[in-house]
Amino acid sequence: MARLTVAKTYKLYLGGAFPRSESGRTYQVHDTKGSLMANAALASRKDARNAVVAARSGLATWAGATPYNRGQVLYRVAEMLEARRADVVELVVQSRGVKVAEARAEVDAAVDRVVHYAGWTDKLSAVFGGANAVSGPYFSYSAPEPTGVVAVAASSASPLLPLVSAVLPVLAGGNTAVVVASQADPTVAVTFAEVLATSDVPAGVVNLLTGDQAEIMPWLASHGDVNGLDLTGVPADQRVALERAAADTVKRVHSPRREPDFTAAPGTARLRAFLETKTVWHPVGGISLASGSAY
Amino acid sequence: MDLTYAPALESAAIAAIKPRYQLFLDGAFVDGGGDDLTSVNPATGETLTTVSTASAADVDRAVAAARRAYDGPWSRLGGAERGKYLFRIARAVAERSRELAVAETLDNGKPIRETRDFDVPTAAQHFFHHAGWADKLGHLGLGPAPRPLGVAGQVIPWNFPLLMAAWKIAPALAAGNTVVLKPAETTPVTALILAEILADADLPPGVVNILPGAGDVGSAIVNHAGVDKVAFTGSTPVGKRIQSELAGTGKKLTLELGGKGANIVFADAAIDQAVEGIVSGIFFNQGQVCCAGSRLLVQESIAEEFLERLKRRVETLRVGEPLDKNTDVGAVNSQMQYDKITGLVEVGAEEGAGVWTSSCTLPDRGWFVAPTLFTDATASMRVAREEIFGPVLTTLTFRTPEEALAKANNTPYGLSAGVWTEKGSRAMGMAAGLKAGVVWDNTFNKFDPTASFGGYGESGFGREGGTAGMAAYLDTDDEGAL
Repeated sequence: MARLTVAKTYKLYLGGAFPRSESGRTYQVHDTKGSLMANAALASRKDARNAVVAARSGLATWAGATPYNRGQVLYRVAEMLEARRADVVELVVQSRGVKVAEARAEVDAAVDRVVHYAGWTDKLSAVFGGANAVSGPYFSYSAPEPTGVVAVAASSASPLLPLVSAVLPVLAGGNTAVVVASQADPTVAVTFAEVLATSDVPAGVVNLLTGDQAEIMPWLASHGDVNGLDLTGVPADQRVALERAAADTVKRVHSPRREPDFTAAPGTARLRAFLETKTVWHPVGGISLASGSAY
Repeated sequence: MDLTYAPALESAAIAAIKPRYQLFLDGAFVDGGGDDLTSVNPATGETLTTVSTASAADVDRAVAAARRAYDGPWSRLGGAERGKYLFRIARAVAERSRELAVAETLDNGKPIRETRDFDVPTAAQHFFHHAGWADKLGHLGLGPAPRPLGVAGQVIPWNFPLLMAAWKIAPALAAGNTVVLKPAETTPVTALILAEILADADLPPGVVNILPGAGDVGSAIVNHAGVDKVAFTGSTPVGKRIQSELAGTGKKLTLELGGKGANIVFADAAIDQAVEGIVSGIFFNQGQVCCAGSRLLVQESIAEEFLERLKRRVETLRVGEPLDKNTDVGAVNSQMQYDKITGLVEVGAEEGAGVWTSSCTLPDRGWFVAPTLFTDATASMRVAREEIFGPVLTTLTFRTPEEALAKANNTPYGLSAGVWTEKGSRAMGMAAGLKAGVVWDNTFNKFDPTASFGGYGESGFGREGGTAGMAAYLDTDDEGAL
């Protein structure tokens, strides 16, 4: 007799743990043949608010880590995703009915994307900051800092690459994230959360909600402790209300005008969307001029 | 022996204020369809001049002119030639600097010492600095070929009228955009003198259009379908409204909003320098500065002595005639602002914040507010939380650096902060922990076009100055996609 497989319960990822929705709600996810893949958690408003609390508490740790350390942790994510490659390929195939080669290409691209952003963490200050050539006896520099807690609506264009492409630049900049996964692909998203949980990413740095983006995003857009919104996954006609809600607390909003080509080489717009520039001045006094040099 | 300074008045005639100013639209000075406004000299309360204002139809015409200029001569010009226009404008601002300084003082009420030494030269420097970027956009670190956005709609405040116009126009043009700008209702004069400079520089018609008017004109500009980029400097409530109105339009928005900057004095600070820095932080431009150091956080162990020294210094500030070269504190900008400041001072007194006011004599006309300190405030008081935008300093105390940081960051704003300490690691460490776009260590109110300026949180987003300031006016290769 064939062995009965042990099915996995797919839950949320909040503050480093995998709880069920506090609402007790689930929704059924089927593969393209109509077989049940999972009962995924249908996240609620309260889950979203818990996720923001977790993301806020993770911020000090993550933003306070050295850029080198953040880069190492993100590189570890790539290593762990590579190790889970076969699982994720299988889930992508089940979820979307694509050919194995196509699913492999997506997972490989996702791993490479993580590596790309792992390499950004200690270069942001050099590329988006530096010493300012001010006209006076002052040392003045500008450097990027994380915006804070960013709520991300992942695109459902495909199960994994859009999710990774949205979350990694947020993390590379030192922000923490509340991610609302593509409703169609919770199994892939939660598996990615497992990768994060086993990659030395501190608790609360990424918090993943599965369920209905249209239900959850308004709570995040109007939440007073959310600093930024990435609306890539939100249909254009639903963005207006979210952007309007974001204005109440002057949130930074990334709302790309065109459907992104996730397979293209990434630029820096997603990084810059959630970075603040801080400029610091300090007098250098007459000694700098006496020595014949200035900043 | 009487050692008070004799008056040293700059001549108002240098400004050659005209009886009437017109819109600058499509390269010509024309009457607008709106009702004329009168601009008042805040130091006297007397009418300075009459200014034609724009109607909605004028906004349409200006946006259309800006679009024609963008599609036509301006985009064909090339970066090097665009830059030469900006260099030319920078030179002309410097050449007419004395006239501009006097005009600004007459229209705004700020001391001639500030307009002469800060507003006008810094405006010229902004044009000069950004001129050089026009042919170097590929070197900004924003991809190989960042592109202009199109027509920029810009709305600026009354606290630095000419300087804010320069901060807005220079990067917009350097990036290759064209401009429709509205100066503040109470301070339109220097923007319209700048328009004369732009016309004299032979800037192609429509590249910059300047439309005086009130909030309705600003609203018509930022909400105009033909505008691709909006830049606003002003209050946080209006900024929020603009962000909300622009939801879903895809217009690129930058907001430079209010603040409640903390100026933090540690016990080991160089006290005399710190006193000077606190004074400059709150009384520069009568405190009508978004990045003013309006909250003094002083370490408890020196608070009593520090406040005594601060009061002694504030007593010596000369308040009065803005055209007098010895004046430190001039007039606040309008009756409305005067009412707002004095109203909040009353609130602070009622809240028990311990009000102290300089004994200086005030002129018997015009809108003058004596320098005021709240010596004993707590964090929950309105005067510790709300932007007063006047010569009013609210004092809080702290014991540890951690407490100073927590109190400084305990605000929805995040524009500026100051730190006074002789300990280098503490100065740099505090700078790292402060949630503010600009941190001044052992100095205050320093600005430069090479140094990005802008806020965290509800102080707005986007930067002015530096490479981040240029990014605000460019569409980078990947912005609409990945």
